[in-house]
Amino acid sequence: MSKKWFTTNKMTLTFILLGLIIFLFIIVPLVKMVVTSDPQILLETLLDPEVRGAIWLTLYAALLATIVGFTLGIPLAYLLAHTDFTGKKLVEGLIDVPIVVPHTAAGIALLFVFGRNFFVGKVFHFIGIDFVDATAGIVIAMLFVSIPFLIDSAKEGFKKVDVRLEKVSRTLGASPWQTFFRISFPLAWRSILAGSIMMWARGISEFGAVIILAYHPMIAPTLIFERFETYGLDYSRPVAVLLIILCLAVFIGLRTIVYRGEKA
Amino acid sequence: MIQIKNLRVELEDFLLQGINLHVAEEEYFVVLGPTGAGKTVLLESIAGLYPVKSGEIWLRGREVTQLEPERRNISIVYQDHALFPHLTVKENIVFGLRLRKQIGQEIDKSLNWLAELLGIAHLLDRKPDTLSGGERQKVALARALSIKPQVLLLDEPLSALDPETREGVQQELRQVHDRLKITTIHVTHDFEEAIALADHIAVLGEGCVKQVGTPEQIFRQPNSEFVARFAMARNIFTGEVADRDDGSAIFRTDGIELAVASELRGKWHASVRPEDILISHQPLHSSARNSFCGIINHVMDKGSTLYLTVNLPPDFTCLVTRRSFEEMGLAKNQRVYITFKASAIHIF
Repeated sequence: MSKKWFTTNKMTLTFILLGLIIFLFIIVPLVKMVVTSDPQILLETLLDPEVRGAIWLTLYAALLATIVGFTLGIPLAYLLAHTDFTGKKLVEGLIDVPIVVPHTAAGIALLFVFGRNFFVGKVFHFIGIDFVDATAGIVIAMLFVSIPFLIDSAKEGFKKVDVRLEKVSRTLGASPWQTFFRISFPLAWRSILAGSIMMWARGISEFGAVIILAYHPMIAPTLIFERFETYGLDYSRPVAVLLIILCLAVFIGLRTIVYRGEKA
Repeated sequence: MIQIKNLRVELEDFLLQGINLHVAEEEYFVVLGPTGAGKTVLLESIAGLYPVKSGEIWLRGREVTQLEPERRNISIVYQDHALFPHLTVKENIVFGLRLRKQIGQEIDKSLNWLAELLGIAHLLDRKPDTLSGGERQKVALARALSIKPQVLLLDEPLSALDPETREGVQQELRQVHDRLKITTIHVTHDFEEAIALADHIAVLGEGCVKQVGTPEQIFRQPNSEFVARFAMARNIFTGEVADRDDGSAIFRTDGIELAVASELRGKWHASVRPEDILISHQPLHSSARNSFCGIINHVMDKGSTLYLTVNLPPDFTCLVTRRSFEEMGLAKNQRVYITFKASAIHIF
């Protein structure tokens, strides 16, 4: 064995060891919680209407947030990827702010704008949408904290589309709209889909911003917190396990679809 | 057909200005210029894909300077072909026809006609990333032709191809043009490509048009040092390639016959690079089949190298190093022999 091999090998060994520690740190709590749960209690919990309602609401509200984010975020992502304007860097930076602010603070900020004391909240109230202690509040809380994932991913996708493909499309008779829907969007689709999945997943896991705006109706993370606070660990655990299993199943399933498409 | 009047286009680090060009109906027009001269931007301005700062572009008597690209009916083939990677060859070709809401039968008819014209019928169900460079080129051309454009723009269409493919595609471009009579503007940095294809050439450099003329005018009478630099680098002749009794090929021009190695026959151009020509005081007995006697009638000193013009006639430009120039005692009006291999002659 040469000395060089040995030194590289020592480094690789160290890195494997360090990597293993952080990997176990992620996996062990999740696995332990799942495998030490009593299947009987899990089943009972699943049959509890309150639990099922909370899980369903979580998935549904996160999906709504993703749909709203998709509709409003994709055009912005396209603009950021394909045009240059003064203040672009600032806009890009501000879009990522929801990732760094404490989510309870984000919830309070949203409450100020969408509560009925501010005109935005008033306008929505006028058309029949209230945010405080309502599903709409859950949706905007999830939207606020998870939209950066979709915009950033879609932006990277659009950046990879060769501008000349769009130019050729125009010369062949396509309007800017047709070019967007037939060329740019399909070519960036994989990044957009990956971003949407990330956004949805991030929405499902949101807690801080949601409880400020809408403690009720209760989403699954709120329910877990509530049961932990009121009844303790044993009672909150089955709900947490169910949510983890569900999230993992959905996440792995969607990722498989995305990656299988990539190979084909 | 197309008239460009006093066009000014601003790029990031330089600008094109005072561009005046006139391209006639059915003409094969070549814009020749070094890399980075703004050739692609000029094409994109004509297509409406690049904003024009000032000046006018007229198409068949109508001003189109501000018209959207989708309403100009001018198609473009880019150097790297820019095929839509998510669509099949067939879907690429009919992209423009589908947008025109043509009925299925008409689309199929156009598709079959183009596939036959360019010999790509067997590729229709493939995806672009499975095609060779030459095949992609043909698909890009078919897609551009599908909309029956008023003008076809070709952006360095041959540069991305390997030399063998290039010769074939070059002939195909000219044949397609002659058959369909589509006004074509082709940009390139390759002088020989320009000579071989063009009815007229515009030389673009230093942000403006340096000279416009027929290929003969450009390489016989360059009007500036810039244009001359393009032309001077090579010995270019117009003539005819024919078979000799022994089966080899000869190129006849201006009263001399050159042995060449080429499969082409008929009227073509021939070029020899100055550095491929040997100069000697006595005839050389070598495998090189072209050897002629002539008089040095011009010497251009470039420092470490010198360009000698040897008149046979015609004139041949030869490159020698200062060292051999001095060792051989070469001088103007001296009688010398020039020798070069048949394979050193490029027929195009």
